[in-house]
Amino acid sequence: MTGEVRRLPLRLAWRIGEVVETRPATPRTRSLFLDVPGWEGHKAGQHVDLRLTAEDGYQAQRSYSIASAPEDERIELVVERLDDGEVSPYLTDELRAGDRLELRGPIGGWFAWEAADGGPLFLVAGGSGIAPLMSMIRHRAAGSEAPCRLLYSSRSREETIFADELDRLAGSDGSLEVVHTLTRSQPPGWTGYDRRIDGEMLAEVAPSPDEGSRTFVCGPTPLVESVATALVGLGHDASRIKTERFGPTGG
Amino acid sequence: MNERRLDGNAVGGLLGEIFTFEATTAEGACDRCGTVAHVGEVMAYVSEIGTVVRCASCDNALIRVALNPRGYFLDLRGFSYLRFER
Repeated sequence: MTGEVRRLPLRLAWRIGEVVETRPATPRTRSLFLDVPGWEGHKAGQHVDLRLTAEDGYQAQRSYSIASAPEDERIELVVERLDDGEVSPYLTDELRAGDRLELRGPIGGWFAWEAADGGPLFLVAGGSGIAPLMSMIRHRAAGSEAPCRLLYSSRSREETIFADELDRLAGSDGSLEVVHTLTRSQPPGWTGYDRRIDGEMLAEVAPSPDEGSRTFVCGPTPLVESVATALVGLGHDASRIKTERFGPTGG
Repeated sequence: MNERRLDGNAVGGLLGEIFTFEATTAEGACDRCGTVAHVGEVMAYVSEIGTVVRCASCDNALIRVALNPRGYFLDLRGFSYLRFER
């Protein structure tokens, strides 16, 4: 990359962040907490690019959504371990507090929400696609009263990222609703959804199209595309549906 | 070749190296089928040899970027126009 040669804005120049903490979020994901000197803040929904350089000079670059709120001091990223990935096994298994990481950001503007944009919000997440939506939920909790509904698909309760925090937030805030669907295994006595998100589920959970919600959908490509298509089919305005896909390959 | 299937959001960093405006919020019309979409919402294919952003409707290559020691190679022929904020 020759980016450093040109005078790029600081957010696009590669710089060094320090890992201040890592902790498991679920059995297959890990939260990384970073301190980036001079960080000028981000909008909920934005991401950073991480760049790893091997001893032989080979570089691999990946984008990770920021899960922390703009109000938080540390940047939190959620990394899902992909067994055949080039980057994620290093980030989940090897990285330790005190290590340094090359990154740039914040990046993006389309898949982003600020409290001033208003609501209501309808958020749909699949797996680690919760990360940018969690940033929105945390940002909202820090000072917005926009009604918010999250529909969140995970394999199981154990694999539900941020499960406890979401319970806590929803329990203390009447205008935040969290609806889980657990697609592979459910705890005893589970009465919620137990299948992949489909049109019927969206018809039940999505706010009425008349409410004019700002909708953000993030997850694996098939989920994102089927949800966006189903919402348009239910009468939602396509221009108010924003999507972010991540591919499960090459992570 | 290791090609990753992502979307325009994921190439915001690369496009930010090239454009002075926020590329993911820019809106372009496909020169082949006329579909208008934001760069953030369409598919992007990222590999070692370059990045291709494609029309959501007809798969036409809207943006192609390759970076090599001679510099950036940028092909925007897939758009009939690109609209971005002043």
